[in-house]
Formats: sequence, C-alpha cells, structure tokens
Amino acid sequence: MNLLEVQDLKKHYPIRAGLMRREVGRVRAVDGVSFHIAQGETLALVGESGCGKTTVSRCILRALTVTSGAIRFATSETETVDLATLPKRQVRPLRRHIQMIFQDPYASLNPRMMVGDIIAEPLKVNGVPAAERRDRVAELLELVQMPQSARIRFPHAFSGGQRQRVGIARALALNPRLVVADEPVSALDVSVQAQIINLLLDLQDRLGLSMLFVAHDLSVVRHVSDRVAVMYVGRIVEVAPTDTLYRAPLHPYTEALLAAVPAPDPSRRGRRRVAQGEVADPANPPPGCAFHPRCPYAVDRCRIERPELTPTGSGRYVSCHRAAELDLVGVR
Amino acid sequence: MADRTSLAVRDLAVEFRSEQGVVRALDGVSFDLHAGRTLGVVGESGCGKSVTARSILRIVDRPGRITAGRMILDPGTPREVDLAQLDPESKEMRGVRGGRVGLIFQEPMTALSVHYTVGNQIMEAVLQHADISKAEAQNRAIELLREVGIPRPETRISAYPFELSGGLRQRVGIAMALAGDPEIVIADEPTTALDVTTQAQILSLLRRLQEEKNIALMLITHDMGVIAEMADEVAVMYLGRVVEFAPVEEVFSEPRHPYTRALLRAVPSILATPRQRLSTIGGAVPHPGARPSGCPFHPRCSEQLGALCTEQSPRPVPPGRSGAACFKVDQSEAVTA
Repeated sequence: MNLLEVQDLKKHYPIRAGLMRREVGRVRAVDGVSFHIAQGETLALVGESGCGKTTVSRCILRALTVTSGAIRFATSETETVDLATLPKRQVRPLRRHIQMIFQDPYASLNPRMMVGDIIAEPLKVNGVPAAERRDRVAELLELVQMPQSARIRFPHAFSGGQRQRVGIARALALNPRLVVADEPVSALDVSVQAQIINLLLDLQDRLGLSMLFVAHDLSVVRHVSDRVAVMYVGRIVEVAPTDTLYRAPLHPYTEALLAAVPAPDPSRRGRRRVAQGEVADPANPPPGCAFHPRCPYAVDRCRIERPELTPTGSGRYVSCHRAAELDLVGVR
Repeated sequence: MADRTSLAVRDLAVEFRSEQGVVRALDGVSFDLHAGRTLGVVGESGCGKSVTARSILRIVDRPGRITAGRMILDPGTPREVDLAQLDPESKEMRGVRGGRVGLIFQEPMTALSVHYTVGNQIMEAVLQHADISKAEAQNRAIELLREVGIPRPETRISAYPFELSGGLRQRVGIAMALAGDPEIVIADEPTTALDVTTQAQILSLLRRLQEEKNIALMLITHDMGVIAEMADEVAVMYLGRVVEFAPVEEVFSEPRHPYTRALLRAVPSILATPRQRLSTIGGAVPHPGARPSGCPFHPRCSEQLGALCTEQSPRPVPPGRSGAACFKVDQSEAVTA
C-alpha cells in the first residue's frame, strides 16, 4: 500500500469581474495531477515558478481547499483517508502525521521562543507530558546534530543552517508519516546547503523518512530524491526514478530543464541549447500540449490534442504524443 | 593580457562603523576588469562581493565608507579617473554611474519604478547620458528593448514593469544598464531570482551583448554553475578578501585555496549519483564583525598549518596574476620554484 496517492487533483481559482463578480475565467493552478509516494520514499516535485508544485503541497497539507480529485493518505498500516474530501474538523487530528519543513529558516521560527520550546511545541499541542517532552527534545537535537545547550537559546543566536536544523527537528517531533519540504535548502549558502542535504540523506536512512520534496533546483533534487515528478503549467509531464530521468528524459520539457542548468564544469560550456519563450499563463494555457509553443519537436497533433500522463514501463510516466519516437538528451 | 584594462581596483577597503564596533566589509581587494572579458566574482553571503560592486559605483549604504584603496577607471588614458576620490554626489560620478559603468540588479524591480512605463524610464536613463532630443531618446529606448530581445518593442515601451514577467523585467533591467553605452557592466546576481530556463536565456543574452559591445563584465554570483558557464577569470572572495584569482579552467580543474576546493566539493551537481552525499565545510561564515585573526578562513580550514595561519595574514594575490592568499600554497610554490 502506498503512503500517499494523489489522483486527478485539481485546484482552480476563479477569475471574477464586473458588478456581479461573475466568474469570467479560471486559473488552473493544478489541473489534474496524479502521483503516489511509497513508504520510505522521497518524491521530488520540480518545475519552474507558477507550475503549481507549491499548490499541490498545500493541497496535501489541506492548507487549501481542493477543487476536485482525491488525496488518499494511509494514516496507519490498515487505514486510509481521503484528505481532499475530509471535513476540516476531521483533518485536524491527522495533522500530526504530515509535517512541513519550510524554505526560510528566518521566518519560520518564532523569535520569542527558545529553541527547546519551538521543538516541543507540536508535542505540547498533542498532549505529550512534560517529562516525555524533555527527553524527546534531547533526542531530536541529537538527531539534527545540534548541541543540547541550544535548548535554552533563542533562534537569533543561530546561523541559517542551524535554524533549518531546528525547523527539521520540529517537523520530526511527532514521528510524522510524511514530511513535506518546500524548497528547504534554497535560501541557504552553498556550504550550509551541503550540510542540510547530508542531514536529510541521514534522516532518510535512519528513520526511513517518507518525503515530498518540492524544489526548483535540479541539482539538489538529484542528490536527495528517489523519484522525480516534473510539472509544467499545472500538470505533471513526466515521472521517473531519479537517475533514469536525468540520464534519459522522455519529455521535451524535462530535456529543456536539464539543458538549462549550468554544470559546474567550464569544459561543458556552450554545449547546451536554450529553450525559447516563456512559461505559459495557467489562466490562459495554450490548447493541446501546454509546452507546444516552446517545444522544438511539436507537430500539429500537439497543438490540438492534450496528451495524457501514460505509463511507459519500469515505473515511468510521460505525457507527450511523441515520447516513443523522440531520442532526447539527458545529462551525462 | 592584450585586452585593454577598463578598471583597476587596488587594495580597496570598506568599513561600516557603528556603536557595536567596526565591520571591515572589504579588506584589501585588488583586481582588474578587461574590455571584452568577464570576471566572475563568487563567494557566500557576507564575503563582500556586493559591497565591491557598490563601492565601484559609490553607492555603499551608510555608515559604510571607503577607508583605503584606489579604483582607477580607464587607467593610462586621458579619461583616467580614481573613483575612490570622487564625491559620490558629484556630476562626474553621476556620469560614471549608469554611464561609463552600468549596473544590473538581482531583482530588476529595484532598478525600476512602479509609477512609470519602462519606455519612460529607459528614455530618462538615455537622456541623462546623451545630449539628444526626446524623440531620439524614444527611438533609442525602442532600439535598446529590441537589442535585449523584447518582442514588439514599439508597444512594450508603454508597458509598466508589473505587466511584464520576471524574465522580461530582467531584460528591461539590462536595457537600462546599457542606456548610457557603458564600457563596464556590473551584474549582481542577475539570474538568481529567475527560473532556470529564463536564466539560461538571460546568460546567453549577456554573453552576446558583451561580445558585440566589447564590454568588461563583472558578474557577481554565488552559483558555481553560472561561473563555469560565463567567466573568463574568477575571483573567489571570503570575508572581504579575494582568496583566489585564476582563469576559470584553473579554478575548476586545480583550485589552489582550501576554501575554493571545499566550496567546489560542496556544490550539489546535476551530474550526481543517486543519494550522493556532499563534502561539507565545518561551521558557517563568521560575522564580518567577528573576523578571525590571521587567515580569515583558518577556523574552518582542514589544511591549516597552526600558528602561521592563526596569527599571520597571508599575502593577497597580486593583481593580474593567478594565485591564492594561503600560506600552504606559498610553501608548495616555494618548493617547486
């Protein structure tokens, strides 16, 4: 049984205009997204800004009301709930199972609370007795490689990397079944980023953490994720095991994304092709395949008929009419 | 080097004095910019890369102040001038800022006003540095927008910045930087706020404009990939000093300074193997107000030589030469020499 199964998830925002605030259109921020996360697995959701990756994560956390679709989440070995349709009141007790790691370690920690209290907060809310809380905080500080003395200090005494460790400890306090990390290292300096990436790799190994890793940085994603789902204008265009996706992409957008990343190697300079044009507007997506205006391989069919995400074997999915005939270039 | 030197920065020091004490943001920085070449300046936050850019343009925020050093624009020519000696408010300095030296910001909205159309703003920049009519300035603005690859420039000059995407806004930012027909362009993290496919477009635009106009480009970034893609020479900065200077191939193939080596190993790579761990540098960049004694990198350095590194300051890299400010490198070079 999968830990999480998202099926045909949609999140539309109405565009209203006129005196009667009539709906004149819709921003299709997320428009039919399906994927799953297995127990102990890290799935990365990647794409450029506005592609809907953060909206998907917020739907899973039920920070947003879902327009349609299902989010089936296994609350235990035997029980599954649909987070998309569950009444708000019943979502609340489930929140302990899904925790979040935020992007900005400066904004996500209360500056007036001591680090020990920040980490203990979710335990307190869930009625864990004080003595147990103390032991658990000590355990968590050790887990994220912070000194025990941090407990009685305030966040401002710590660097960005250490604050992010505190944020991770807080997210893990209740032993969540799923961790949603939205750009957890993108605000950090290179040397600190490396420390946090290694910490996440450690935690995956030690705790068998299941994670939805939302990110735009394809290099970071290659280090930490087991599988990758690539999003473009509200839809998933390709899903594959990480190494396969990077070596042999099946969707032209994946190819373009990989080609755009500058590799830290001057001998590879000038070898890449640059995708033309800009990301389509989700309020007014092009007909057919949303990527067709930028796609060097587009044919007439791509301009008319929208491709569906289709399995191609070995755990791969792609939504491209020409996937079977194209021979796309990955990295290395 | 055969290329004309456009700017020679020597021993530049900048301090921020406050009640909490003195913060030395730049501590003896030297380098040259050459026409038609790109100097990549790389380092983590607080290393002084942005302060260097702001010093050249004399827009260092209060209470920051240049305490030593020279910044000679067009050395050895009749137009030679030491920017460090100019009054930041003077007419001459205003002619340099946006004129002989253009600036591209990370977030183009910092450079653009929300109240005026992009056409108006580019025209104003053009008129500030050229004695021409308004109609001519408008034509020039359209021309500039076309040069930076903005489709339908005749209609786009009446757009407001908020009506444009991030990528188009950065193109307008580049057009603004080019309005004064600069010989030097300083780009401070020009693609950091952009998506990866847009970043690739902007970088190739910068490359093309530089070649066409023979501009000396100073590209400030924290991204080693962008450095590898764009730079001819690289200055690696740490805590207000240039700790290594070398041609880009050398920096990546045989980095000299332990910090450069550690930094390169810490960069996540698009070529990584699954679950590949990164080497890390212990600790974090210290606050510039609490600068360590001796070599500023010694508390995090895995190769430090004891008292030498903790007590004495390594010699800076002489401008125009490749090298590293590091006692270990000095020793190994003395052995091979």
